[in-house]
Amino acid sequence: MPKIKLPTKSPHIDMTPMVDLFSVVLTFLMLTTTMRQPEPAPVDTPSSISEKPTPDFNTLTLLLSKDNKVFLNFDNGPDTALKFRPKILEEMGKRYNIEFTEPELREFGKYPSSIGLPIDQMKTFLDTKDIKAKTALETGIPIDSANNQLADWIFCARTVNPNIQACIKGDAKTGFEVVKRVLDIMADKNVFKFNLITTLESAKINLAEIQK
Amino acid sequence: MAEIIQEEKAGGKKKAKKHAPHIDMTPMVDLMCLLITFFMLTTAFSKAKIMEINLPEKIKDPNAVPPKIPGSRTLNIILGPNNKIYWYPGTVRPEDYNNLPPLNETDFSANGIRPLLLERNRALFKKIDDFKNQVLTGKISMPPDSVQKTISRMKTDDDTGPIVLIKAYKKATYGNFVDILDEMNICGIARYPFVEIAFYENTMVEKAAGITSNAVPAATPNKK
Repeated sequence: MPKIKLPTKSPHIDMTPMVDLFSVVLTFLMLTTTMRQPEPAPVDTPSSISEKPTPDFNTLTLLLSKDNKVFLNFDNGPDTALKFRPKILEEMGKRYNIEFTEPELREFGKYPSSIGLPIDQMKTFLDTKDIKAKTALETGIPIDSANNQLADWIFCARTVNPNIQACIKGDAKTGFEVVKRVLDIMADKNVFKFNLITTLESAKINLAEIQK
Repeated sequence: MAEIIQEEKAGGKKKAKKHAPHIDMTPMVDLMCLLITFFMLTTAFSKAKIMEINLPEKIKDPNAVPPKIPGSRTLNIILGPNNKIYWYPGTVRPEDYNNLPPLNETDFSANGIRPLLLERNRALFKKIDDFKNQVLTGKISMPPDSVQKTISRMKTDDDTGPIVLIKAYKKATYGNFVDILDEMNICGIARYPFVEIAFYENTMVEKAAGITSNAVPAATPNKK
C-alpha cells in the first residue's frame, strides 16, 4: 500500500510587499522626525487659536510646572558650531565665580532637556551620570528677589545670543503668582515680547448670533 | 515565521536547484518593526504653537506720567479664582474707594465673556470678519503676510472699540491668562494691555468671591 505523503514544506508567505511598506513608513518617519524632548516636569499647555509654529532656534524656553517650579532651556542656535549653551553656562559661571571644566561644558551643551536647579549645584548635576539622581537635584531655578538667578540666566543668555526670544511654556494649572513673578523679572531685563506656547484649538464664532 | 529550508535528497544524487536562492527576510522585518515602533513613539508630530504677547513697558522713571486713556472706552477684566472672570466698565474714581462699584461675574465658556467682548467690539470685529471672508472667497487676493498686516493695521487704526485692561487676582492660573488672551484674539480686540491689579480691585474681587482677606490694603492708591 502506498503511503500518503504529507506535504513537508510549510506554507510560504511572500513578505516582500510588507517589507516594502515598512521601508516606506520607516523612511518617512526618519526624515520627518523631530525628537520629542524629555521634560523634567510634565506640562499640559493651555490651548489657543494661534496657528504660528514655534521657532526652531534662538529660543529661551521657560518651563513653569504645576508645582510652581521654574525650569529653563536654551538651544544651541541655528548652527551647533555656535555652541550657545556652553557659552551661556560659562558666562553664568563667571558671575557666580564657578569654574566649569571642559567636559562639564560639553555635557551642558548636549543636555537635551530643561534645567532647573540653583547654579551652585550645577557642577554636581553635570557630574552625576544617574538620571534619577539628576532629577532629584532639579528643584527649580531660584526666583526670589534675594537670590534671583533667573534674571542672571536671562541676562547671560541675551549677552551670548542677542536674538534670543523668550518663550513661556506653562501648565494650565500653574498659579498666577509665579507667572507674574517671571514676567516681572523679564520686564526688569527689558524683555517685553513673549511667545506663549500653546496647543491649537479652533474656535467658531457665529456672527449672526452676535448681531441680534 | 521562520521558514525551514529542507534539502531533498534523492538517492545521494544532488539535484540542481531550479528556483532562485531564497533570502530569509525575517530578521530584517523584525528590525524594521522595532525601528518603526521606536520612531512612532518618539516623534512629535504636531509642533507646538505660539501666541505672541507684548507687555507694556515698565515705567522706571518715577516722574514719568503713565499714558492716559479715556475711561468710557475701558473695560476692566479681572481674572478671579476658580476660573471666574470679573469685569466692570470704566474706572473707579478715588472718591469712590469706600463705595466700590459691584463686579459682574462671568466665565471662559463661549457664552461667558465672548458675547460681551463682541458686543463692544462689533464694528471692528465686523470689519475684520468681512475682510477675512473676502480673502477666503477670493474677492481679494493677497499673500498671507499682507493679510495679517492689513488686519493689524485695522486694529491700530481703530478708535471706537474697547480698551480691555486685563488684571489678574493672585489666585488665578496661567491657563486663565492664556484663555483670556486667546479670547481677545478671537474677538479681534485691538488693545488689551495686561496691567497690575489695583488694591481696590483686590478688595472688589474678594467681596464678590466671598474671600476674607486679612491683608491690609496699600495706603497709597495707584495712579491711573
